[in-house]
Amino acid sequence: MDIDFIINVLYAMIRTGTPLLIVALGELVCERSGVLNLGQEGMMLVGAVCGFIVAATTGSLFLGVLAAMLAGCLMALLFGLVALGLSATQVATGLALTILGAGLSAFIGESFVGQTVLGFKALPIPLLSEIPLLGPLLFNHDVLVYLSFGLFAGVIWFLRSTRAGLMLKAIGETPESATAVGLPVMRVRYLAVLFGGAMAGLAGGYLSLAYTPLWAEGMTAGRGWIALALVVFASWRAERVMFGAYLFGLASILHLIVQGMGVSISSNLLAMLPYVVTILVLVLLSSDKARVRLYAPMSLGKPFHRTQ
Amino acid sequence: MTTAQPQPRLSLRNISKRFPGVLANDRVCLNLYPGEIHAMLGENGAGKSTLMKMIYGVMKPDEGEIYWQGGAVDIAEPAQARALGIGMVFQHFALFETLTVTENIALSLPAQEARDLKALGRRIREVSERYGMALEPDRLVHSLSIGARQRVEIVRCLIQDIKLLILDEPTSVLTPQEVEGLFKTLNQLAAEGCSILFISHKLNEVRALCHNATILRGGRVTGECKPVEESAHSIARMMVGEDTPLSTTYEKREGGDDFLVVRDLSLKSLDPFGTRLKNINLRVRKGEIVGIAGVAGNGQDELLAALSGERLGENAGQICVPAGRIALLPPLQRRIQGLAFVPEERLGRGAVPDMSLAENGLLTAFGAGLVKKGLVNWGRTRDFAQSIVDDFKVKCSGIDASAKSLSGGNLQKFIIGREIRQKPSLLLAAHPTWGVDIGAAVAIHKALIELRDAGTAILIVSEDIDELFEISDRICAICHGELSPLKAVSDTNIGEVGRWMTGDFDVVQDAGPTQGESHV
Repeated sequence: MDIDFIINVLYAMIRTGTPLLIVALGELVCERSGVLNLGQEGMMLVGAVCGFIVAATTGSLFLGVLAAMLAGCLMALLFGLVALGLSATQVATGLALTILGAGLSAFIGESFVGQTVLGFKALPIPLLSEIPLLGPLLFNHDVLVYLSFGLFAGVIWFLRSTRAGLMLKAIGETPESATAVGLPVMRVRYLAVLFGGAMAGLAGGYLSLAYTPLWAEGMTAGRGWIALALVVFASWRAERVMFGAYLFGLASILHLIVQGMGVSISSNLLAMLPYVVTILVLVLLSSDKARVRLYAPMSLGKPFHRTQ
Repeated sequence: MTTAQPQPRLSLRNISKRFPGVLANDRVCLNLYPGEIHAMLGENGAGKSTLMKMIYGVMKPDEGEIYWQGGAVDIAEPAQARALGIGMVFQHFALFETLTVTENIALSLPAQEARDLKALGRRIREVSERYGMALEPDRLVHSLSIGARQRVEIVRCLIQDIKLLILDEPTSVLTPQEVEGLFKTLNQLAAEGCSILFISHKLNEVRALCHNATILRGGRVTGECKPVEESAHSIARMMVGEDTPLSTTYEKREGGDDFLVVRDLSLKSLDPFGTRLKNINLRVRKGEIVGIAGVAGNGQDELLAALSGERLGENAGQICVPAGRIALLPPLQRRIQGLAFVPEERLGRGAVPDMSLAENGLLTAFGAGLVKKGLVNWGRTRDFAQSIVDDFKVKCSGIDASAKSLSGGNLQKFIIGREIRQKPSLLLAAHPTWGVDIGAAVAIHKALIELRDAGTAILIVSEDIDELFEISDRICAICHGELSPLKAVSDTNIGEVGRWMTGDFDVVQDAGPTQGESHV
């Protein structure tokens, strides 16, 4: 097997893993604040369709991405108003959001099915992309992939080194204590939910504007769900989320390659592979209960009422 | 008065606070001067915690004014209280377990003071050394002992310019040595001019520490005194009123045949920070109370889990009752054998917080004719709960009140009442009067003694050695997961049990039945 082939596979792995990475990072921040939003899939779909429509009508990919993020935010706001504002069950609200997103995106995107836009092009970074092996692998991507690298570093920095990140973690752990010391529980949770929405929208936009520049109903293909599993099995740590996302990417590529080689395994079984591999590996990784406890937001999914 | 009184630092005037169904504070007045250590005394549910929360801005009074250094203030939130120089140490710590000490403290400081965590860590070390409270700023809170966690809470207050420190039952979780250290710190603070509000049940501590005391009963101020001039007995009288008995001495009993037999019980703890049980041998007879003393974290939780069936044993013979070997049976099966349990954690284990008392009664007493053919008989269930509330004088707004709306002591009375009502053959009670006020504690003790006299075997695990000497017939101690010898209370003394608590004993082997013939 020659080195170029491997680089090509790894390159495709990053591209395939990117939407998963983005949406999972958003959900990670949301869950660390103690809010479980199961609406990722729905928010991604709405982001994907809105991004595509705006890009197709204005011809501006930049506006398309912006619209995708904004659409994700609006969906998340809806979730926030119901789940935080009205203290509804987060699980049910999130599920409803996914169903809404699936239907809504199919409805507003109907007349755009089959159209294409000129998607994001690879943008080699001068000098860096000349580095042998690493250059073509890491520095010859489209701008959204670079953005995902930045987001990854940003989320790690935010959680590790900022006061706001500390507040977020504290609120996710024990909102009662947070209230007692005077932290703005609700405000932080709203912001975390909105960030999660923006990231889900962006991930959707990446799919419809860069990965496969077109709109098709249900094109996220369960990535929102796998992202949710990813966050849990990555024990709420950004490094592991990235690892899991790229693992999913790699397994997706391998299944295409294996299929291309004409192996006589049902393609349906092969298509299952990325999901199974990702979950299995992450379950093994998260088997150390004591360490998981250190990162798991203990108040996850529990509605919080401020008692007066 | 001829001497000019200095201006009070804090002055409460006619503070009232209403909750649905309860008047938690009724026109409470209080003056607190610089350098004064002031005790707030009262039974559970007397309104002490509510009053403190209003001073700290967690709740707002419905009526009345708060004056701070002479000026009227409206404290809307804790941050504002902290800005005034008010700090509070909560009874249930407001700490974040997965964060470090420094991070925890940073979260309650204004942003500009907490930007540099390294500098803050140095400041924490400085403050903690100055007041003699050892703390490691980089440790994660979940790895700290309860005493150390409390030090974090206190240092969190001290690190700011503090003028008033509120402590809500700070000593209930500390060892005697830790209490001593805390008092030293508080005296030092008071000498520097800080005012201290000290909430406690332990009257001897109040007498040793506090200059003045205000006594609350039913939300109202019923008395003020200088604790050193009073006896613990006379203060207790003020707290509970004239007609409640304070304490009695109970007759000791020998007990009959062995009921519970624990043989060579060794178990590894599931919790990585837990204690391993080593060769526990224990026999509890019918009609006696056996007390197990010990400092928290020496295997009590693990032993209780093994006896109640939350944790199953390794072979069936490790735990036996006359009806058979039960170490492999789950809790429900053990209950059927006549065992009953009063866990340490009242909310969450002993009772479901959001469910009503009636429903919580059903939770373990379903076998007492409350359920027929899978259907709940609500009439009987409500009668059952009502009879517990009446007989054990549980203060609540009715049997439809949720468990979490009751004060700790009242909920404990309900839980113990629920178990006793089922006429168990063995009652296992963990810390039966922890955080419970005098009146309720006496009621609980009496109920336990009555149950004993009716022939039930009772095993009590407690950190309160005085309590164990008061009600136990035989006593032992647990240390590092090992059990000391078991002696009749009349044959031993607090000094010896205290030594056992530090591990100063020879481990006993199972010596066969203590009397009568073996029936296992």
